[in-house]
Amino acid sequence: MAITRSDVEKVSLLARLQLSDAELDRLTVELAQIVEYVAHLSEVPTEGIEPMAHAVEVHNVFVVDEVLPSLPREAALANAPRHNERAFLVPPVLG
Amino acid sequence: MPLSPLIEISTSEQIEQLQQGTITAVELTQAYLDCIATREAKVGAFLRVENQRALDQAAEVDKRRLKGETLGKLAGLPVAVKDVLCDKSTLTTCASRMLENFRPPYDSTVVAKLKMADAVLIGRTNMDEFAMGGSTENSAFQITRNPWDLDRAPGGSSGGSAACVAAEMAPLSIGTDTGGSIRQPAGLCGIVGLKPTYGRVSRFGLVAFASSLDQVGPLTRTTQDAALLLETIVGHDPRDSTSLDQPIPAYSKTIFEPVKGLRIGLVREHFAEGLASEVEAAVREAFRVYESLGATVKEVSLPHSKYAVATYYVIAPCEASSNLARYDGVHYGHRTDEAAMVAELAAERKALETAQDEVGLDRLDSTLVRMYKRSRSEGFGPEVKRRIMLGTYALSAGYYDAYYLKALQVRRLIRQDFDAAFGEVDLIAGPVTAQTAFKLGEMVEDPLSMYLVDLYTVSANLAGIPGISLPCGFDKSGLPIGLQLLAPPLEEERLLRGAYMFEQATEWHQRRPKW
Repeated sequence: MAITRSDVEKVSLLARLQLSDAELDRLTVELAQIVEYVAHLSEVPTEGIEPMAHAVEVHNVFVVDEVLPSLPREAALANAPRHNERAFLVPPVLG
Repeated sequence: MPLSPLIEISTSEQIEQLQQGTITAVELTQAYLDCIATREAKVGAFLRVENQRALDQAAEVDKRRLKGETLGKLAGLPVAVKDVLCDKSTLTTCASRMLENFRPPYDSTVVAKLKMADAVLIGRTNMDEFAMGGSTENSAFQITRNPWDLDRAPGGSSGGSAACVAAEMAPLSIGTDTGGSIRQPAGLCGIVGLKPTYGRVSRFGLVAFASSLDQVGPLTRTTQDAALLLETIVGHDPRDSTSLDQPIPAYSKTIFEPVKGLRIGLVREHFAEGLASEVEAAVREAFRVYESLGATVKEVSLPHSKYAVATYYVIAPCEASSNLARYDGVHYGHRTDEAAMVAELAAERKALETAQDEVGLDRLDSTLVRMYKRSRSEGFGPEVKRRIMLGTYALSAGYYDAYYLKALQVRRLIRQDFDAAFGEVDLIAGPVTAQTAFKLGEMVEDPLSMYLVDLYTVSANLAGIPGISLPCGFDKSGLPIGLQLLAPPLEEERLLRGAYMFEQATEWHQRRPKW
C-alpha cells in the first residue's frame, strides 16, 4: 500500500514535527521508497518465530532497593530552556 | 613546522616511554595538539578540541607519576571521544542543533572509565547527527573529510573518530556502532574499529539512538590498541539494565596468542552483485593469508542476510522515533522562539475564524503541541526527521505487526543463521563495505542507497555479536579496504586474537595518508 501525502501529514503530527510543504512532498516520495524496500520482509515466513527484542537476552535484572542521592534540582534544571529555579516553565497550556 | 615523531610510534611504545619517563604526558599531548593544529583544518574531525583540558589532564598525570602514584591503564594517552557520550566537563551535542548547548549533568560510564584510566581527553569528534548516517555529512555543524582523499567521506556515523586516528591527530578514539558506525568508517579510513557484543560496554550516558542495537567501541591504529581500549571500557554496569555481568578477559595480554586450528567462515551471500572487484580481491586474498597461517576456510551460509538491511531500517527508526521523543524543548535542548510561536498560532486561529472553518479550528495545535513541533523541526536535521517519520509510521496504529513485529521475528532468524554458522566455524570473515570511500555529496540526495551501504555491517548489530574491521588492502586509487571479522557473542577475545594473526602477517595497518 503506497504512502500518501495525507499519511505523511498525519504521521508528522504524531511525531510532533512541523514540516513545510516541500518537506512533506519530499518525505512522501522517500518514505514510500523506503517502505517499499522494507516490505520485502513480508516474503519471510515467520509463523511461530518468537520476536527478538534484544540480542543477548537478560531477564529479571534486580537492584538492591536502597535510597541513593538523586540529581540535584539545580543540575536537573541547568539545561532547561526556561525555568524558575524550582520547575521547568512552558507556555500557558490552558486558556 | 615538522611534526613530532612521537605521534608515529606505536601506542605500546608511547606507554613504555611514558612509564620510563623518557617522555611526559604533556609532551605527547602537545605532539598531538600540534598535529591537530596542522591537519584539522583539512580534515574537520573534531567538533571541539579540548586544548586546555587535555594539557591540564596531562600535567596532572605527569605530576602524579613523579610522585610515584599508581596510574591508570591509559595514563597520559590522548583519546578522542565521539560527541554522543556524556561528559560533564564539556558539551555533548550529538552534532545536532537540538543539543548545541547541552552540558550533561553526569558522565557516561565510558567517559568515567576513561577518566579513571587517566586518559587525556583531547577532543570531541564529529558524527552524523544522533549517529544517524554513514558519511558524517549529516552533522549539523561541519563535514569531515577522509584523510586518504579529502574529496571523499570518512564514512560514519563515527567519521570524526575514524578520521582523527587515520590522520594521526589522536592515537585512540571512541565511537558507537548501531548498524556499522564504528566498523564502516574504520574500514573506509584504513584503521581498526571494534563493535563489542551488545551489552559488553555500558550504554549509561550514551545518548540513545536505537537502544537494542547501540554499542560503544574503540577505533585505533592496531588490533593491539583496540584490545587495550576495549579492556578499559568494558564491564558490567548496574546503571544499564542490558549490561552483561560476565567475566572480562585480559584482551591486551591474550591477543598475542594465535587461535589454534582456526576455522574461518566465508559467507556465500557476501560475494554477490554490487561488491567492487578490488574489494573482493583483497578480501579473498585475506582468506589466503589465513590459510597460509594454518587456518581452514569453510563456506557457510547466512540465508537471511539479504533481509538484514530491511530489518534494520524498521527496528532502528522505530526505536529512534521513540528515543527522540524526549526532545520536546522542555527539559533541555532547543526550544523555539515562544513569542513567534504564539503569534503564528494567533494568526492561524484568526484566519480560521474569518473563514468560519470549524474543522480547522478544532484541529489547530494547542500551544504546547505547537511548541514541541516547532522546537523539534528547528532542532533536527533532515535525516533525523526522516528516521523519526519512518519509525513513527511503522509503529502507528495498524502497522505494528506488519513492520516492527515482523522485523523482530526476522531478527531472530538472522541470529539463528549466525548460531548455525558458528557451529561450524570460529570466526566469519568478509568485506566491511562493498565499495571503498565514496565522494562527499555523492549519496546525500538518495537516502535508500546510503542505507544499503550498511549491507555487511548491520547483521552483527541485529544479532548482537561482536565484529572488527581491519585494513586488508588498498584499491588502485589508494583508498583503504577493510576486512570484517565476526565472532559469537562475548567472544571478543577470539575476535582480537584472530585479527592480530592477520595483522601480524600483513603490513596494511602501517600505511598512513600522505600530507
